[in-house]
Amino acid sequence: MTAAKMVAELAVERGKHFQAFPEYGPERSGAPIVAFTRLSSEPIQIYSPIEHPNLVLVLDETLVGTVDVTDGAPDDAIVIVNTTESPEEISAHMDFGSRRVMCVAATKIALDTIGKAIPNTPMVGAIAKATGLFTLDEIEEHLRESFGKKFSEKVVEGNVEAVRRAYKEVQG
Amino acid sequence: MATTEKLMAVTGNQAVAMAMKQIDPDVVAAYPITPQTDVVQSYSQYVADGEVQTEFVTVESEHSAMSACIGSAAAGARTMTATSSAGFALMWEVVYVAASMRLPIVMTTVNRALSGPINIHCDHSDSMGGRDSGWIQIYNEDAQEAYDATVMSFPIAEHPDVSLPLMNMYDGFIISGAIGPLRPLSDAAVKDFIGEKPAVLNLLDSEHPVTFGPFDGLHGWYFEHKIAQNRAMEAALPVIQETYDRFAEVTGRQYQHLMCYDMEDADVAIVVIGSAAGTARTVMAKLKAEGLKVGLVKIRTFRPFPTAEIARVLSGVKAVAVLDRADSFGAMGGPLYLEILAALYHEGVHTKTVNCIYGLGGRDLYPQNIEDVFRMLADAAGGADLPQSRVYLNMKGE
Repeated sequence: MTAAKMVAELAVERGKHFQAFPEYGPERSGAPIVAFTRLSSEPIQIYSPIEHPNLVLVLDETLVGTVDVTDGAPDDAIVIVNTTESPEEISAHMDFGSRRVMCVAATKIALDTIGKAIPNTPMVGAIAKATGLFTLDEIEEHLRESFGKKFSEKVVEGNVEAVRRAYKEVQG
Repeated sequence: MATTEKLMAVTGNQAVAMAMKQIDPDVVAAYPITPQTDVVQSYSQYVADGEVQTEFVTVESEHSAMSACIGSAAAGARTMTATSSAGFALMWEVVYVAASMRLPIVMTTVNRALSGPINIHCDHSDSMGGRDSGWIQIYNEDAQEAYDATVMSFPIAEHPDVSLPLMNMYDGFIISGAIGPLRPLSDAAVKDFIGEKPAVLNLLDSEHPVTFGPFDGLHGWYFEHKIAQNRAMEAALPVIQETYDRFAEVTGRQYQHLMCYDMEDADVAIVVIGSAAGTARTVMAKLKAEGLKVGLVKIRTFRPFPTAEIARVLSGVKAVAVLDRADSFGAMGGPLYLEILAALYHEGVHTKTVNCIYGLGGRDLYPQNIEDVFRMLADAAGGADLPQSRVYLNMKGE
């Protein structure tokens, strides 16, 4: 939800409409969960899970090949996987069809930059690269504005660096 | 003075906690553990950060939470609490006491299922069970509505013609846990809108000693007391609308007991409560493009129920589906359906009706489910019969 909230706030700052919600599953750490985000230039009134996502983020690579992470995604959808593997290697675990597969080592980047295994912020950098919805500068400005109030400069700069690296390093 | 702040991205629960912070009631008494929602968690943060003056009382159960609210409100303090699901069920006994003592307590009830099987996801069975308790009930579609309703609550509940407790509902998780847009009022605009609490008799006024909630035996005034409660409920209907209208003057957001969408020329209509209304409007846009004349009525004010008004808005349509997110086992249909049927009969409106049960225990409601209902209604308007028994939407195994 951290990534979803950041994308939502970025959308608000650009005058876009948004909606983000998790599907609450088993209440134990590490259990697989699904979360949804809608972005639109029109007000969003629909309150049901997304059935046909244009963009799928997989935060836990062990789900690839275990569940169909592309369920309902159209042929031109983009799938971004948090993994140290390449798009070719990750495609060996399941058939992504004609969908574009992108890979970013978001957890590793988070450990290097923030010092914690929280891949959310780097994933937002990968989203920016994959979709062009936000520029790096816009994300950086947002992080300094919103994180700057709550966290130390070290944490803020770590997150900024995480976004930059993910933007640069995402493959596919 | 700007009356509204800039657009924010918050969850439904955060939106309501923010409204509570701006109201800054004298007392918030709440149970802080599951099935409580993070409305109370957010509020406790405001208390810890010194952003409110509220006396914040954490208690050992939801029954105690409502009991503490009753004591507080009887002492003349502006009092709020929040609850959900089984927590509301545990309050049961004292929920009735709050209403019969005519205490204008304001409570957020985040709509979630009652067990079993064990389930804490969205449906309306918690608050629908409380519909006869004597509380005003307002149902909200999204975070903005829930925020606005919270701001409007005390002027309704404390109105001298009303003096009743009021609960605000919104859909658990779908709205409570979802991040959506919110345009809050400024702190000053909220303070200005709710004004000062009217002076009423209270336990701490030693110059005018009164008794609250005494024993009232077989030959007492219990019966007349209940009649007075119902009269207060009837009086609340216009007070709620006046408050909605006054709120519109400040914000431009106009609410009604019933929110009607494209009902002027509708052949068929769906009646629904809560977030499903938004999904229904999305479907309507598609069906109207096909030339189907579909309409929607969203119920906001459920207690008191706007009987004459619902009959009037449905009098022009040929077929109506009432969507219930709760059931009344052994009755002819869900609670909203029974209410609508009674209203139509009472006002002499004869139209085809069907009851659709959906979303129990958080079962998803997809646009396709609503489209199927509209197409069934269109067939009925063309002469086909509607099912006489409940239609279940998105049921497994069929």
